[in-house]
Amino acid sequence: MLSSIRTVWLVFLHMFKKRVTIEYPEKKAYLAPRWRGRIVLTRDPDHNERCVACYLCAAVCPTDCISLQATEDENGRRKPEYFRINFSRCIFCGLCEDACPTYSIQLVPDFEMGEYKRQDLVYEKEDLLIDGQGKYHGYNFYRVAGVAVGVKGKGEGENESAPVDRKKLVP
Amino acid sequence: MSETWIHILIIVCVLLGMVTIAAGLIYVERRMLAVWQERYGPNRVGPFGIFQVMADMVKIFFKEDWIPGFVDRKVFIVAPTIIMITTLLSFAIVPFAPGIVVANLNVGILFFLAMSSLGAYTIVLAGWASNNKYSLIGGLRGAAQMISYEVFMGLSLMGVVILAGSFNMTDIVMAQKGMWNVVPQFIGFVIFFIAGLAETHRLPFDIPEAESELIAGFHSEYSGMKFGMFFVGEYLGITLVSAMTTVLFFGGWLGPSFLPPIVWFLIKMFAFILVFVLLRASLPRPRYDQLMSWGWKILLPLALLNLLVTGAIVLYNQ
Repeated sequence: MLSSIRTVWLVFLHMFKKRVTIEYPEKKAYLAPRWRGRIVLTRDPDHNERCVACYLCAAVCPTDCISLQATEDENGRRKPEYFRINFSRCIFCGLCEDACPTYSIQLVPDFEMGEYKRQDLVYEKEDLLIDGQGKYHGYNFYRVAGVAVGVKGKGEGENESAPVDRKKLVP
Repeated sequence: MSETWIHILIIVCVLLGMVTIAAGLIYVERRMLAVWQERYGPNRVGPFGIFQVMADMVKIFFKEDWIPGFVDRKVFIVAPTIIMITTLLSFAIVPFAPGIVVANLNVGILFFLAMSSLGAYTIVLAGWASNNKYSLIGGLRGAAQMISYEVFMGLSLMGVVILAGSFNMTDIVMAQKGMWNVVPQFIGFVIFFIAGLAETHRLPFDIPEAESELIAGFHSEYSGMKFGMFFVGEYLGITLVSAMTTVLFFGGWLGPSFLPPIVWFLIKMFAFILVFVLLRASLPRPRYDQLMSWGWKILLPLALLNLLVTGAIVLYNQ
């Protein structure tokens, strides 16, 4: 009996407390930098596409929503011919980001992707590609990789020694 | 203007005013529940979300009015109108201000009790006509709850009647000039308020509806404006019980003269409406048997004792 009255009183006191509601369209909740939202494709510091079309993201995707086709440019640098994510299937699990060897595919803190037509949720490469480097700055895969695809010559990469002349490597 | 026209004007004003207040309570309740749960509630439609009421009304009027094939058609249609009619009729005896009363009956309280007893039919008939197990259980519970709480609702008011020496509502208000009835009749007030809560089957006593157990209880099968009538009827009930509490225990329109009497009445009435909402926001629903034993074993003896002591003191003083 008394505890009921106390309950009523305590509930009444909630009147003077701060509201917990965040009035969404006007005010927005804080999203952490690693919040898993819209998927983007980033560029390296030289402003080239980071994606090397290795298919690892498409392979790991649990809902099979990533679709891409690899191609090579005139220097032999791999890149996706097309890169398509169907956001109506995407569950924003972030496994593609984990799988990506070049920090290319990244999830960013943005969730306002509502569309009136389902087809509009299919993002092409132009929609996904952003100008910046995303969350990982300064990383350039072809500067640390061994292959020479026009970014650097053979043996000129970071922490890379000059190529061995195999004709002088005889015992 | 002749006497008759003034009377008709009063009737129309009371009818429209009460229905408007009852509809507006949808907004008040949602907003106040939100306030007590640290939310904002509806605040988008119009200033402070006040036009939410209109939006809700438009919505409910345009809903499909579906009568399932398995129901007892005539009773099904009649049931929701009963609660509206009986509750609106009860307002006839409520004196809002000196002279502003639809029917100054000399059996005012008895009329109110009779009408709120008839209100039990709405639950029973709706539960029966729906031809649905949950509705029937809801109707059964509602009948038991309303009939048993009716008993000491009447008994708790008898103390007031003894003090005023009249069943007439205006006389009862005038008898409170010196001291509001809530002081000598505090137990009566508490019992009446609890019984009123059960009578309007509001939370925490919404056992006939009990969403978590019975879907929506007696109105599970109702849709559109038929459901709307139960809905508005419930809010009318809240308004009625608040108005009755004000008249019987808190001096009706009496108050310092810097505000007109009708304003004093409305202030007191809305205070009780807010208490209704506060109780909904805070208290959990008791079990059905708990409600019954609480009513018959505690409140009924208490009401009888209150009546006995009041009568003895009044007799002693004569």
